[in-house]
Amino acid sequence: MQFDPFVIPFNIGLYFILIYAVARSVIWYMGLSRPDKLRLQRGFFGRAFGHSLKEIFLESLIHRKILKSNLRLGYMHMSLAFGWFLLIFFGTIEADFFGAKHLNAPYKAIFFKFFNPEHGSTGFESLFAFWMDLILAFILSGLILAVIKRFSSKVVGMKKTTKLRLLDKIALISLWLIFPSRLLAESFTGGAYGSGSFLTGSLGTLLASFLPARELAYPFWWLYSLSLGAFFILLPLTRYMHIPTELFLIFARNSGIRTGDQSGAFKEIQTYSCSSCGICIDACQLNFSAGITNIQGVYLLKGLRNHENVHDIAYNCLMCGRCDQQCPVGIELTPIRMISRRAGETPPVKLNILERYFPDIQHVTAIKTNGVATFSWLPKVKPGKAEILYFAGCMSHLTPGIKKSMVNILDASGIKYNFIDANGGACCGRPLMLAGQDKEARELINYNSELIWKSGAKTLVTSCPICYKVFNESYYLNVEVLHHSQFIKMLIEKGNLKLKFMPKTVAYHTPCDLGRGSGVYDEPKEVLSYVAQLQKTACEDENSLCCGGSLGNLKISHSERKSIALDAAKELTKDNPDILATSCPLCKKTFAAITNTRVADIAEIVSEAIVVPSSQEKKSDLTLRRKIPVKVF
Amino acid sequence: MTDMGKFGFTILKERHIDYDANDKSIAEFIAENEPSFRLCIECGCCSATCTTGTFTKFSLRELQIFLKRGENDYVRENISKCMLCGKCTLVCPRGVNTRNVITLAKTAFQKTEKYAV
Repeated sequence: MQFDPFVIPFNIGLYFILIYAVARSVIWYMGLSRPDKLRLQRGFFGRAFGHSLKEIFLESLIHRKILKSNLRLGYMHMSLAFGWFLLIFFGTIEADFFGAKHLNAPYKAIFFKFFNPEHGSTGFESLFAFWMDLILAFILSGLILAVIKRFSSKVVGMKKTTKLRLLDKIALISLWLIFPSRLLAESFTGGAYGSGSFLTGSLGTLLASFLPARELAYPFWWLYSLSLGAFFILLPLTRYMHIPTELFLIFARNSGIRTGDQSGAFKEIQTYSCSSCGICIDACQLNFSAGITNIQGVYLLKGLRNHENVHDIAYNCLMCGRCDQQCPVGIELTPIRMISRRAGETPPVKLNILERYFPDIQHVTAIKTNGVATFSWLPKVKPGKAEILYFAGCMSHLTPGIKKSMVNILDASGIKYNFIDANGGACCGRPLMLAGQDKEARELINYNSELIWKSGAKTLVTSCPICYKVFNESYYLNVEVLHHSQFIKMLIEKGNLKLKFMPKTVAYHTPCDLGRGSGVYDEPKEVLSYVAQLQKTACEDENSLCCGGSLGNLKISHSERKSIALDAAKELTKDNPDILATSCPLCKKTFAAITNTRVADIAEIVSEAIVVPSSQEKKSDLTLRRKIPVKVF
Repeated sequence: MTDMGKFGFTILKERHIDYDANDKSIAEFIAENEPSFRLCIECGCCSATCTTGTFTKFSLRELQIFLKRGENDYVRENISKCMLCGKCTLVCPRGVNTRNVITLAKTAFQKTEKYAV
């Protein structure tokens, strides 16, 4: 017996999905920009290939990152992905080893038991059958978890799970049917022929005792083949497209391709790589502090995949980057959101069936810098020449304590500097970028660049992480950009600042744009540990919380911001520190309004700790005056 | 009004707010999408802290008043001066989401053919 009509649905599905995956990959490859194409070629035939294979094994099959963050959810994903892989892998070996001949068609491995019903009763064969049963049991255990998760997400330790569309549901049901139908088909066959191991064998014997096993086996083989075929054919229209896409993504990422601000094929690949696992929902502060559960990364990507208008979703985000950090697939959600913001309102498109299998790659037009000037009224300033520039930023002008402290520190260290926006300056441009107005932002960037260039500075120090990020990423400057925490650390290490240790405990809050946004984690904490006792908090470094004041979100209300800030402050001040330190004027302003703990910027704390040389101490102090010996003669 | 004119009482043109002729659709669009727009008491904190305000006469308070009156021409000419830095949102005692008010106003102007920049 070498063929049976029931294998046809499976074969159609399998060959369809294989051809489709190749065709789609070619389309994506053609859509990449020229440098990215070269990167991918070099990566594919270079060292990155090995890294990619390793990552595919660890992330796509074992799901290491999900296992690390959530054991039960990770087990669910691993049992389905890795288990299925093992089943196919060992199934192929089994068919090759014990089948009628070597090099069989794929369906022989999948339906091996049907074509060799008596296999697995003796010796080595039974050992192999035991192993195959074990893998099936492993998958089924994950499947049970998945079914329970659909109805109660708390079981796998998730607070929220994603909502599904109709096609997703059909694909999900066909996916759910695959393994139980295999179990029953194999069990009935096993029961009828007296073969099978601990799972299929015992279940088969049990079923055969009161049911006509030989007759019932055949329909279940049909069901098994049909559910496989249906799943493969529906796969491109559903979230399960992430299975083939993720492989492409891993190769592309390991070849050094990044989203940047390009809306092209790579953004598209990431959009389809999302498995809708829902980890970004759990990571999102808008979810657990403000109760907004429909705007997270997974929904943005889903909206993009379905060509919906994602305008409101794109703008309702703190842009804190917590989801980027925790995404197990490593999708760059924040850059994708920025692109969606720039795209503006996109009317929803209804696609026909062919267009849904091969959707267009969305292109957002590049920024045009020449147009009607918006900020032509900005004054033409001639900055003084200096090696070091200090740019306080808008927000620091709103919290003058930081500005004054920085001036104090710079003066105390005896450095020659130029306070470039002492009397107020133009904004850095990032707030406009966050609002999707890149053209206007570019004007401000050009204005500030000219100012910095004219001053002939080598170093630019800024007090605001928002400015720091945009100076680093979007300005084309020939200067070293430092955040004031980095600069103060440098001053301390060079010995320009004499500081005393203050007997105070400090908890440090990492601002989003400085930490996850720019990767500056250690310098502020090192500076703090020079002057005070630094406490550990539950949300260190990558896990830091957003203060809620973020300029990234244009949609949330004042009260929602407040509840985010309250939650974050509560978490940070758990161990009752004397000072809640931060290195961002915006975070300082937000926290100061809602907590009783003193909130201070790093610059302010350091400024307090400066040791004033005795010659400069105030002579008017009474105690000091008494110490001066009175000359009698 | 015309009767009063007989006795030498007139209304100066620049002090004349004609609610019948003014177009309040922009303000309504903003209020619909950003309800906190209605909370504004025109205290002027936003104008006091404004980055753009250090260089120009730009005042968000003024724009809010004009928007609510429906005198849109002045707003349309000036609204894009805003750099969206967000200081006004932080100082607002009423919790008005001013950055969204400005972005919505811009969107509304773009949407209405009459005002499109």
